[in-house]
Amino acid sequence: MGFFTNIKAQSVYYLTATLLAVTALNLVFTGKGEEFSFGNFLLQTNPYLWALLGAAFAVGISVVGAAWGIYICGATILGGAVRVPRIKTKNLISIIFCEVVAIYGIIIAIIFSSKIGSGHGGNGFQSRSFYFTGFALFWSGLCVGFSDLACGICVGISGSSAALADAADASLFVKVLVVEIFGSIIGLFGLIIGLIMSGKASEFDLKA
Amino acid sequence: MEAINFNVDNGYLEAIVRGFKGGIINNNVYSNLTQCETLEDLKLQLSSTDYGNFLQNEPSPLSTSTISEKCLERLMDDFEYLRANSVEPLSTFLDYITYGYMIDNVILLITGTLHERDTHELLEKCHPLGAFESMPALCIATNVNELYNTVLIETPLAPYFEKCLSAEDLHEVDIEIIRNKLYKAYIEDFYNYCQKIGGPTGEVMGEILKFEADRRAINITINSFDTELSKEERTKLYPENGLLYPEGIAKLAKCDDIEQVKVALDTYHDYAAMFETGPNNSAEKSLEDKFFEREVLLNKRSFEQQFHFGQFYSYLKLKEQEIRNIVWIAECIAQNQKDKINNYIPIF
Repeated sequence: MGFFTNIKAQSVYYLTATLLAVTALNLVFTGKGEEFSFGNFLLQTNPYLWALLGAAFAVGISVVGAAWGIYICGATILGGAVRVPRIKTKNLISIIFCEVVAIYGIIIAIIFSSKIGSGHGGNGFQSRSFYFTGFALFWSGLCVGFSDLACGICVGISGSSAALADAADASLFVKVLVVEIFGSIIGLFGLIIGLIMSGKASEFDLKA
Repeated sequence: MEAINFNVDNGYLEAIVRGFKGGIINNNVYSNLTQCETLEDLKLQLSSTDYGNFLQNEPSPLSTSTISEKCLERLMDDFEYLRANSVEPLSTFLDYITYGYMIDNVILLITGTLHERDTHELLEKCHPLGAFESMPALCIATNVNELYNTVLIETPLAPYFEKCLSAEDLHEVDIEIIRNKLYKAYIEDFYNYCQKIGGPTGEVMGEILKFEADRRAINITINSFDTELSKEERTKLYPENGLLYPEGIAKLAKCDDIEQVKVALDTYHDYAAMFETGPNNSAEKSLEDKFFEREVLLNKRSFEQQFHFGQFYSYLKLKEQEIRNIVWIAECIAQNQKDKINNYIPIF
């Protein structure tokens, strides 16, 4: 089994490398080498695209994190509550902590959408500040998304342990919950940095 | 990485098994149990534990064998629940656990059939954990070759049988030797399977199975003194996945009496301690009890990690120990041997 997956991974790797090499050499030998320019790519891509991608990643990756966390602790709470039903209400806190992570992503996306505005009228290349807004929203979206992904998994795993600890000994719940709270703060860091980064960006405003 | 993916398939069952583990009788209950005057008292005390009203429908003069039977039935219910809800690779892991009992059952049936015992009586004696569908079919076999083929076809034990014996062996070789050969093949296979799963499962199960292998090696050595078993034959029975392998095994292979075993195990701290007979009251305990104690310790330890399969194995083993304890206490009460009642092995 491992042998075959290894071969598969290797063939994909070599195929991609060959394709890239052929494309690059083709461009160089036909005198169009300058077409492969990262700077141009950034300049020619519509800032609206960057901004919208940022919003999409912020929500998308955050929701993956939240869902991941919820299934990790949810499965454990379900099983634990079979013999010790008293844990079921208390441990909903873990689920809520995971859920909050998705809400961070949504908050960020709503803030982004207010920056993006209605967007009609311009083609996106009117002003320098458009570029900054586009990039700022893209990267702050990624920042929020990935920190929420990590946070969701972290809260999920510690929440599952919290449920088991609570089921075994009720006095442990508060102690493990403290650990969980610190875990859930990680997501807040991403949210704050995302807000600060996007706060510097001005709205896509045709009049400016 | 187990923490991320484990719960997709096994999170629910892991929590369930930890719930079951919470129901294992603790020292408070044991001290109540040991105070009982009659088996009826014992029944009353047990009804406040997870066992509940399992003895309710039994006719009044309770026997210890009924108690142990019913306890085992409860354990089987729990285990079947786990098994029914499990998916790969956990289901294979749980199957592996049953193979050990299956070997015992097959050996029991083979000896019984060879000596032409009553089939029903044999089937009743089989351990329910090692039951398999075609068990009655084994009893129908009339000669050894047929029996051998049935085992090969009908049980998952075929690889072990095939590896270590042929049909003629069933005739000639002592049944205990066959059992140990099979068990060696089984435990090594189980060990390799756990290592293949890897991660915390490999770690936890590795430690437990290593101990299991060493316990068998030591027991085989001690039991082989003053028997016909030659030293070369004996060496072939030692499982080769333990802590003792290869150096300690080589030393054990040369032993002639219990003193030499002690010397051979001197460098292995955990095992050497078991052979020490100090002035304290632990001297009363037999070697077997000390092995059980160590087993309980290792199995308790496996609950200190999350996201691994070892818990399922450990739960079963702890529960088995609990049943042994209850039966011991019940026997002591039934035979009025109150002074020995505290010789059970406490778990929590």
